[in-house]
Amino acid sequence: MITYLMCFILFLVGLYGLITQRNLIKIAISMSIMEFSTFLFFALIGYKEGGVAPIVNPAEPDQVYVDPLPQALVLTAIVIGLATTAMLMAVIIRLYRKYKTFDIREINNLRG
Amino acid sequence: MNPLIPTLVIIPLAGAFLIMILGKFFKTFPKYFTSLVLLSLVVISFYSIMNQGTNSVLYKVGGWEPVNRIPIGIYMVLDAFSVILVCIISLIGLMSAFYSVSYISRYTGENYFYALFCLMIAGMNGVVLSGDLFNIFVFLEISVISSYALVAFGVEKNELEASFKYQVLGGLASFLILFAIGFIYWKTKTLNIADIKEVFKAGYDTPFYLFVQILLLCGFGLKAAIIPFHAWLPDAHSSAPSPISSMLSGVLIKAVGIYVIIRLFFNMFVISKEMAVLITLLGAMSMLIGVFLAIGQWDLKRLLAYHSISQMGYVILSVGAGMILLSENRSPEVAALAIAGGIFHLINHAVFKSLLFLSAGAIEYRLGTRDLKKMGGLAGSMPATSATSFIASMSISGIPPFNGFFSKLIIIIAAIQAKFYLLALLAVVVSIITLASFLKFQKYAFYGKPANDLRGPVKEVPFPMVFSMVVLSILCLALSLLVLPGVRDTVLTPLVGILTDAGLYSSTQLE
Repeated sequence: MITYLMCFILFLVGLYGLITQRNLIKIAISMSIMEFSTFLFFALIGYKEGGVAPIVNPAEPDQVYVDPLPQALVLTAIVIGLATTAMLMAVIIRLYRKYKTFDIREINNLRG
Repeated sequence: MNPLIPTLVIIPLAGAFLIMILGKFFKTFPKYFTSLVLLSLVVISFYSIMNQGTNSVLYKVGGWEPVNRIPIGIYMVLDAFSVILVCIISLIGLMSAFYSVSYISRYTGENYFYALFCLMIAGMNGVVLSGDLFNIFVFLEISVISSYALVAFGVEKNELEASFKYQVLGGLASFLILFAIGFIYWKTKTLNIADIKEVFKAGYDTPFYLFVQILLLCGFGLKAAIIPFHAWLPDAHSSAPSPISSMLSGVLIKAVGIYVIIRLFFNMFVISKEMAVLITLLGAMSMLIGVFLAIGQWDLKRLLAYHSISQMGYVILSVGAGMILLSENRSPEVAALAIAGGIFHLINHAVFKSLLFLSAGAIEYRLGTRDLKKMGGLAGSMPATSATSFIASMSISGIPPFNGFFSKLIIIIAAIQAKFYLLALLAVVVSIITLASFLKFQKYAFYGKPANDLRGPVKEVPFPMVFSMVVLSILCLALSLLVLPGVRDTVLTPLVGILTDAGLYSSTQLE
């Protein structure tokens, strides 16, 4: 139970950073923290107490296996996360070239 | 097993790949090849709608057969609802791609544009066809990541800022969706939508169920820009190049937002009264607040973007009203009418909103401005643009005989029959305010005296742009035919059947 709670706290840390930080890079880092809390959650779902990697061994019929599906999902989600982070960083670099600042308060052309 | 289903995703994916490879050697190749790709998608999707009729067809990716009636592979489902969405995506995509042939030539890096465009189409088709929750997430990310890049395509200050805002909120939405998928898998041990419904039917604990529903509603609501989650939409949709604005507003928010919400709440969850009321409330709010935010805008594309929020409110409102009736088990005919009206309005909105954005792009192409105060007197110099945008404006404000009138009429009739008088009144009021704001657009852009600082005489836009706009305005008229009983029975009635008849969606998948 405590690990699930830690995972949720990690999500909240990311959300807090996303809301309070003014530096574009720090916003991107906060997003990554949230992302990884989600991945951790997926890994936790598949975990079983005393489970081993799901390679079926006919000699031991009582063996408990962890659920491999969430792990496959996490791998896919990590690749997607890489793409989003790379895209975000590319836009941040372009923004820095245009505005000469990372401060989100000074990047406010669009209103209303 | 219908082998045509995966081609709807494979063709644009392969197209994006080929454009990146061959576009380096042949400069004009990407332009015409993209239109060709979209044309083949149009042919396939309309062939499917003719061929399959009211049946649902299934494609099991990799040929994994179910074990003990439990699906273990990834399923792609083409039923009456998704086939309509596929038709809209490919048709609007074709028009936008053809329009881009002249519009995008002033940007650098054209082959990147067309490759991202094809990727976005592939992602949206994938979302619509997928019968698997995690697969929806993967395709959704494909389409939204390419739309992040396309919004920033101009790489000027405004475009980058809009794209950044869009990415942060879109990323947040993705995590919420991923969390919800995790929770659902935790409780049900399956990801197939029809199979999850079977598990939920057998019983669920209410706090968990509500939590997951709220998570999914927030996540997909952010993608669909329902009102408390709308902050990114006006920036992103007004900053993108015009063909992309028309794709984003006309198709993307429907395919990855509204479609998924409707699909999940009808076909995955057991409909509950609380969520139905919440969805109706959100729809009424976006309808009302969206139009009030729109009417004060002087930036043409921002005005159109706010109207997208408002018109999506109509769709959500009438679908939500149908959900309330279904959850109370009273008058299923009225519920079916409300849902049909909502989906009909979704189809119509795709056509007229993309037409409006293309017209706005045509004006921007010639004048170089989006400010309504700097336009004027364009009716004489740009007759085709003027005529098509007039048709679209009348259509969105609900003037007969254009398609917007019929869908709004159905929504209002359904609301009155269901005794939601306040909702009906709101729908009428919002429609009138919409008319007012589009009369403002017509007056300032096309009539009145020309603005002083126009450089020289303004000409009509090139042929590909005119052609796309004319085809879409003909569709604005032709879609009114969907209201006729014969046509309605072949298109809208089976669609409503898929959503309301609990067993129909799952029966094809769990055989």
